[in-house]
Amino acid sequence: MEVLDYSKELSVIEGRPALREIDEIISKPLNTKPDKKYFIALLVTLSMVGIGAISLGLSFYYGTGLWGNNNPVGWGLPIVNFVFWVGIGHAGTLISAILFLLRQKWRNGIARFAEGMTIFAVMTAGIFPLIHVGRPWLAGYLFPYPNQHSIWVNFTSPLLWDVFAVSTYFTVSFIFWFVGLIPDFATLRDQTTNKIKKVIYSVTSLGWRHSNRHWQHYEMVYLILAGFATPLVLSVHTIVSFDFAVSIMPGWHTTIFPPYFVAGAVFSGFAMVQNVLIFIRKIFNYEHIITLDTLEKMNKVILFTSMLVGYAYGMEFFIAWYSGVQVEQFTFINRAFGPYSWAYWIMVSCNVLFPQLFWIKKIRRTIPFMFVIAVLVNVGMWFERFVITVTSLSRDYLPSSWAYYKPTLVDAGILIGSFGFFFTFILLFTKTMPVVSIAEVKAVAEGSQPSHGEH
Amino acid sequence: MKDKILFGYTGLFDTPDSIINAAKKASEEGYKKFDINTPYPVHGMNKAMKLPPSKLGYASLVFGLSGTISALLFMYWTSVLDYPIVIGGKPFFALPAFVPIMFEVTVLSAAIATVLTMIIVYFKFPNISHPLHDTDYMRKVSSDKYGICIQADDELFDESKVQLFLKELNAQSIAPVYFDDEETENKPSAFDKKFIALLAVVAIIVSGSTYILLNKVVYSVPFNWMMNQNKISPQQSNAFFSDGFGMRNPVEETISRGNLPYQFKNKPEEAGLLLANPLAFTEENINLGRNKFDIYCSPCHGYFGNGDSRLRGQFPNPPSLHSEKVRNWKDGNIFHVITEGQNIMPSYSSQLTRQERWAVVLYIRALQRAQNAKESDIQ
Repeated sequence: MEVLDYSKELSVIEGRPALREIDEIISKPLNTKPDKKYFIALLVTLSMVGIGAISLGLSFYYGTGLWGNNNPVGWGLPIVNFVFWVGIGHAGTLISAILFLLRQKWRNGIARFAEGMTIFAVMTAGIFPLIHVGRPWLAGYLFPYPNQHSIWVNFTSPLLWDVFAVSTYFTVSFIFWFVGLIPDFATLRDQTTNKIKKVIYSVTSLGWRHSNRHWQHYEMVYLILAGFATPLVLSVHTIVSFDFAVSIMPGWHTTIFPPYFVAGAVFSGFAMVQNVLIFIRKIFNYEHIITLDTLEKMNKVILFTSMLVGYAYGMEFFIAWYSGVQVEQFTFINRAFGPYSWAYWIMVSCNVLFPQLFWIKKIRRTIPFMFVIAVLVNVGMWFERFVITVTSLSRDYLPSSWAYYKPTLVDAGILIGSFGFFFTFILLFTKTMPVVSIAEVKAVAEGSQPSHGEH
Repeated sequence: MKDKILFGYTGLFDTPDSIINAAKKASEEGYKKFDINTPYPVHGMNKAMKLPPSKLGYASLVFGLSGTISALLFMYWTSVLDYPIVIGGKPFFALPAFVPIMFEVTVLSAAIATVLTMIIVYFKFPNISHPLHDTDYMRKVSSDKYGICIQADDELFDESKVQLFLKELNAQSIAPVYFDDEETENKPSAFDKKFIALLAVVAIIVSGSTYILLNKVVYSVPFNWMMNQNKISPQQSNAFFSDGFGMRNPVEETISRGNLPYQFKNKPEEAGLLLANPLAFTEENINLGRNKFDIYCSPCHGYFGNGDSRLRGQFPNPPSLHSEKVRNWKDGNIFHVITEGQNIMPSYSSQLTRQERWAVVLYIRALQRAQNAKESDIQ
């Protein structure tokens, strides 16, 4: 057995790359012309966007009757997708803010990318509440502005809290991401020989000159933003869960929802980050920056959150039995053995059973295995939202109004479009901005900080 | 080069240890206006440069708290003062339900304000030019070197002394940096009138177009099809009908659900003969009757039917319900009077259901019996 020396801090970057090498390797995708594979990938994602656009166009022309939503199930796939995509975003903030506050240095290699993913995931999520109202051009009513009805929005409604939470989350994530990019833009500005790029980087770097008098305030701002983003990220999925928990539907009206949703969000978000990073590190040769150790740590987080989610599933059943509420008990029996039992067991096996394989170190460190498991986790988490939303609605208090919900082809087209939208932004991001933070990686490279003997 | 204005002297170092050392020496020498440029924040540098701690935390505190308070006041104003609406039985000022939005607004305003403060106050945005930009020095410190720059406007600055000082520290590529002509003449600032005017124009365009979009465009073709539907709205005139009204009255003699017409209209004698009280003399019915009597009858008839009105002459007092005449009435006669009204007493058929009217009759009978009790009742 190998023995670890815990008195020494392990380097999070493999090898000892010179600082200039880090610059070069990270900015390489920005300075080289995209190759054929890139355009093929872009073509695929853009076609998916096209499918989504056609589906949406049809939905607005003929009306939302094209969707599977029926009378008891008013919240069909649009809400499922909304919760799924908001959840994907959560890993980004967790990695960039919470792990920053916990001084986890291994986050430095993956934080930028995860933050970018947060922004794109929240953008994708934002599509769904808008289209779900059927008339997206009236979305302005969601904001409290003095309108011609001289009436205000309902500040006591969870749906309005959602508007505030998601828009705040997007804005703060975007600011956090941009602040992180300022020093990197300055480095790129000083490297580039292209005049147009120089102008763009000069403006976006806001005159940054790596001055320690700026670094001092910059680090303070980063700390403050991380401090604000941490409760914010917890509040966002809490409020999303309030959309369900504040109502009186059986299976929704439970106090476990906020922590259960947050754990699920982190779970699916980490799986998505891990999936995409596996490609990024391979394609751009970042294997020594985004190391196998980092991926293993992410797999451990996935394993941990998988068990949190599994605990929540079990606890929901326990409380349904313990509460003695018949409707509640029926709802959970119905989830596991009713008409949607197929979805329920997909959810349980993908979210609770398969991630248990991560107990085995070999699987935690083998890329194909971890990739497949993380894909399954995302499938499972999508089904979790499906199970929560659809099973409760399709069989509520009144048996006479029960109905089976089936998504239509148009619903599927919109879901495919949302994936296309998300991955198109990811692809553009990899070619226009440094997907790994240059300054942050340099700061944790070996020998980059003064030795302790000096002071 | 002679006509250029000197900005300062720069020197480069290879290791983080040597730059920390250089920073310590420079501040020990008494230089105030010097700067360290490093590709990433070096630990311990703030201490070496003797920089006071950043005060940006105060900005987020102040702006965050003002966000909380303004969110709370705004919600209070809209939900309590400007347009109070009862929603779900919650009080107008529902503090727990306001907490999520107060929190979100706090985070939003603090985050935006902190970053803006940093950019405007410390980075001097929108002035993004600096003499150090586009120098070899800047190209190196933004990649892998650690640099020190001692500015010419420092009180202790002396060209030869600074050169010597940097040499003693073993700095490499010691070089002077000069101002660009453009930079000395043109110094944009966030508080520049032109910049503020630009911001104002942007704000007016954005708010104006938002206003037009939300208040005008969405009410015009083709977004208004839901508003102009092919149907007759209430109060609309319509030429189809001869009287020109869009709204139609129900056909005459239409009976609405649960409102059977009263058969003995204007026929009090027949009502007395043919109607009988369907309610039994139970405590429940008496209580219902008393409840309704106290609400609807007692203001004029008095709590015990003595005709002692509480209306202090604003409405004529009715005769007592304990008179010989009323005591000898059949139940149907009393029911008829409640249903139809009598003299100046209006009909109570819309306030009281049939069952309630019969319960009131029961109660009146009970009152009469109580006021005119027989010997046999006292036992």
